[in-house]
Amino acid sequence: MDKFKGTDDYVISQELRDNVNVSIALGRPLLVKGEPGTGKTLLAHSIAKGLGKKFFIWNIKSTTKAREGLYVYDTVQRLNDARFGDNDVSDIKQYIKLGKLGEAFAAEEQVVLLIDEVDKAELEFPNDLLNELDEMSFYIPETGVTVKAQHRPIVIITSNSEKELPDPFLRRCVFHYIAFPEQELMEEIVIVHFPDIEKKLLRECLKKFYWIREFDMLRKKPSTSELVDWIQALRAGGVPVKKIESEIPFLGTLLKKKEDIDLVQKSGKTHYSFNSSMRSRDVY
Amino acid sequence: MFINFFYSLKSYGVPVSLHEWITLHRALEKNLNDCSLTKFYNIAKSILVKNEIFFDKYDMAFLDTFKDIETTDEMLDEILKGLKKVKELHLNEEEKKQIEELNLDQILKNFEEQLKQGHYKNHVGGNKAIGTGGRSTQGAWGYNPAGIRIGQGESRHKRAVQIAEKRSFRNYSSDITLDTRQMKVALSHLRSLLPIGYGERLNLEETIDKTCKNAGELEFVWENKEKKASKVILLMDVGGSMTPYSELVERLFSAASSQISKFKHYYFHNCLYQDLWTDMERNKSVSTLEFLKSEDNDYKVILVGDAEMAPSELTWANGAIDYWYYNDTPGIVWFQRIKDKFKNSIWLNPLPSKSWNYVQTIRSIRSIFPMFELTLDGLDEGVKYLVNGKCSIYNI
Repeated sequence: MDKFKGTDDYVISQELRDNVNVSIALGRPLLVKGEPGTGKTLLAHSIAKGLGKKFFIWNIKSTTKAREGLYVYDTVQRLNDARFGDNDVSDIKQYIKLGKLGEAFAAEEQVVLLIDEVDKAELEFPNDLLNELDEMSFYIPETGVTVKAQHRPIVIITSNSEKELPDPFLRRCVFHYIAFPEQELMEEIVIVHFPDIEKKLLRECLKKFYWIREFDMLRKKPSTSELVDWIQALRAGGVPVKKIESEIPFLGTLLKKKEDIDLVQKSGKTHYSFNSSMRSRDVY
Repeated sequence: MFINFFYSLKSYGVPVSLHEWITLHRALEKNLNDCSLTKFYNIAKSILVKNEIFFDKYDMAFLDTFKDIETTDEMLDEILKGLKKVKELHLNEEEKKQIEELNLDQILKNFEEQLKQGHYKNHVGGNKAIGTGGRSTQGAWGYNPAGIRIGQGESRHKRAVQIAEKRSFRNYSSDITLDTRQMKVALSHLRSLLPIGYGERLNLEETIDKTCKNAGELEFVWENKEKKASKVILLMDVGGSMTPYSELVERLFSAASSQISKFKHYYFHNCLYQDLWTDMERNKSVSTLEFLKSEDNDYKVILVGDAEMAPSELTWANGAIDYWYYNDTPGIVWFQRIKDKFKNSIWLNPLPSKSWNYVQTIRSIRSIFPMFELTLDGLDEGVKYLVNGKCSIYNI
């Protein structure tokens, strides 16, 4: 059995690694939740890369129907073809197009399938896939073919908890909640992105970053990806470490809402002391 | 074996099913937990608990069941370290033979002796004791039963029980009053008030019509199913005891307002009379009567307040808390009028439901509006109640 050990470009906690391996061993989908920007989607990429497997992504939108993931029967094309006699329209097979889930099932070897942001779709969407994910097979009535996975794909499902997922669906998953990384883990993550970063710059950036994150009233807290962008901007702009100690340059890369920027800047005037009581007084 | 863990989880309110319990045993059968309690803690969590709001309850249930268990985790680590050192030892043939001759009983006996002497406490002794086992084929087996006895050592590594004891997920628990972090989650509950998806449909008649006009050239007409919008009115108690909550609640709902197509909000202080304020400072107002007349009755109304006031404020004419304010109709009548007009209305209360029975005005208001706690659970139930008129946790 394949064991996922992680990859160089993705820092992973021991707990998550164990859970990935549990889900692989049990053949159950792994449901990953967590704050935006904690690397839910990247996890699937990393698994595919680490195990050297083919990778399929099924991006879910609010209009996505469960059946689209299995197959689409292109009736309009067939109707059009029938009018001009271009193709043999009695051969329905050529109008059946497998969806991402279908492709993953039909693959010759074991693959990694990412179902991204499953909560975007309708409430009933996950329920419609229960049987397919359990059996890893489905039936196409138009052609009378059953597509069955020879090797159960490794399924990773991400959710931003915009909607509650139905219980029967949850029962079949292995669940992992990615907590926001602690400062130590964050250091590792940043170093993966910038291997040659100065220790001093890194420490100063993280100090500021976690300081900003502690504001209770932020509408959108900065996440890992924003931190990486910010450090990129600082390095590109050649900002000296001294300057970061006394102010926060390029605040716009960390905070995306005007109210948030105002809030931080307002209390930023007194922030050298890192006085937390000051911050909460400003806020309430 | 540890079925009481299952019941303990249930009694703490973690929704765990037999299906998941069996899955866990399947995982244990495959030894995915590697005989380690820490890994067991993680694996059981990932299989049994499907929502981070239950992590804290899981921790408590885990503590209840396993707090007295001595784990071999940190011993294992140390032993493995020791074994590595032993590997480098060079053994001659005679020694090897000697070792192979050792049987299980002897090894165990040796172990116990070493343990009694407390050798495991320092590294040299530990290596020796375990090394003896380690060099033989039964070595790997050796430390397991011994480990159970040794486990009382002070732990430096994170043991599962300690992780559970930290209860680092307390903030995610759903029965504490909403804080900012949970706002987003709460918002997601509100979204169930919204229409859920709308599909495209082929309008057959139109298509045939168009195609005919087009001299047989196919032309499809697609139509969208009608999108039903949800309407929400928020009435909020501001000032006094509600001040700490009001900003929080307002932000919550104003964020929601971008998603709910028709969203209105008004303010009142402690109790509601003939005027509804449109700003928090209570400078501008609209007439409540006018409001009741003009708004459609299919709005869903959410009142937020602690409902804690002097009984006179609720039931007397001229009982308003502001001395300059004269009301000829008691507040409770106004509340009843709102309820009569808007059938779908609920009251959210930031006070814990335990205390509701001790406050007279809360009891009066509960007789009019179904009251829910301003927590994730409460909000969730409240929204469900608004949508389908059913509620499971509170007596309504």
